[in-house]
Amino acid sequence: MTQMLIRFLAGGAVVSVFALIGDVLRPKSFAGLFGAAPSVALATLGLTVAIKGASYTAVEARSMIAGAIAFFIFASVVSWILMRYPFRVLWVTLGAMPLWFAVAFGLWSVALK
Amino acid sequence: MRMPVKVDGSALRDSKWSQYALRFLFGGIVTAIAGLVAQHYGPVIAGLLLAFPAIFPASATLIEKHEKQQKEKNGINGTVRGRQAASVDAAGSAMGSLGLLVFAVITWQFLPAHSAGAVLGASTVAWAVVSVFVWQLRKRGVYSATKAAVRSFARTKSGGLQC
Repeated sequence: MTQMLIRFLAGGAVVSVFALIGDVLRPKSFAGLFGAAPSVALATLGLTVAIKGASYTAVEARSMIAGAIAFFIFASVVSWILMRYPFRVLWVTLGAMPLWFAVAFGLWSVALK
Repeated sequence: MRMPVKVDGSALRDSKWSQYALRFLFGGIVTAIAGLVAQHYGPVIAGLLLAFPAIFPASATLIEKHEKQQKEKNGINGTVRGRQAASVDAAGSAMGSLGLLVFAVITWQFLPAHSAGAVLGASTVAWAVVSVFVWQLRKRGVYSATKAAVRSFARTKSGGLQC
């Protein structure tokens, strides 16, 4: 339970720092880079190395490659839809979430399983 | 005209604490879930979540709201402008995700044999360098120039005129 609380606080803090940096930067496309900052990864990997060791953590990092490819496709599709169609931003971003899961788990089943 | 990178604190002044609390909450929840998934399903599945777009919907909605409010202060309907700003931000995130990919590769390759602090530090620097490099390429129109060159090459190969 304590470990989960530490993860929650560390993750929340790192994500907030990168989000704040993104908020104050202009232009928007540059600020957007921080939307894909390795915030959850830094919080998780740092704690996992301390608890489980480097080899275990490296396996998580390997899977993260599939997650990053899924993120690229997700963000590209969201950007494309928002530029062309008059849908609400919240619905487009939430509606595209299954795409992230499909690509990430698809890559997992093909290359990592 | 190219817009230079600059720091603008107006977004911080216009934001409510609840919006930052929401992002803290999402970030914390995803990090905790990644830990739980690792315990139950192992590191291979948990690793996927390290690149999950946890705060993406909250951030994009916030950007839409700020842009819309700014336009409406000037008496202009900002709905389209808000959506466009969120789209441009998402394009930036797509470029940043290429940096995220490099972060993952470096961490995976070097973590087992080197100091964790040094590897995570180097991976973060690599994320920043790759992301900014891709962003610069796009700003300078390298993508468009390459696309034009490929089209021109294709026209030449198919027997079209090449000036």
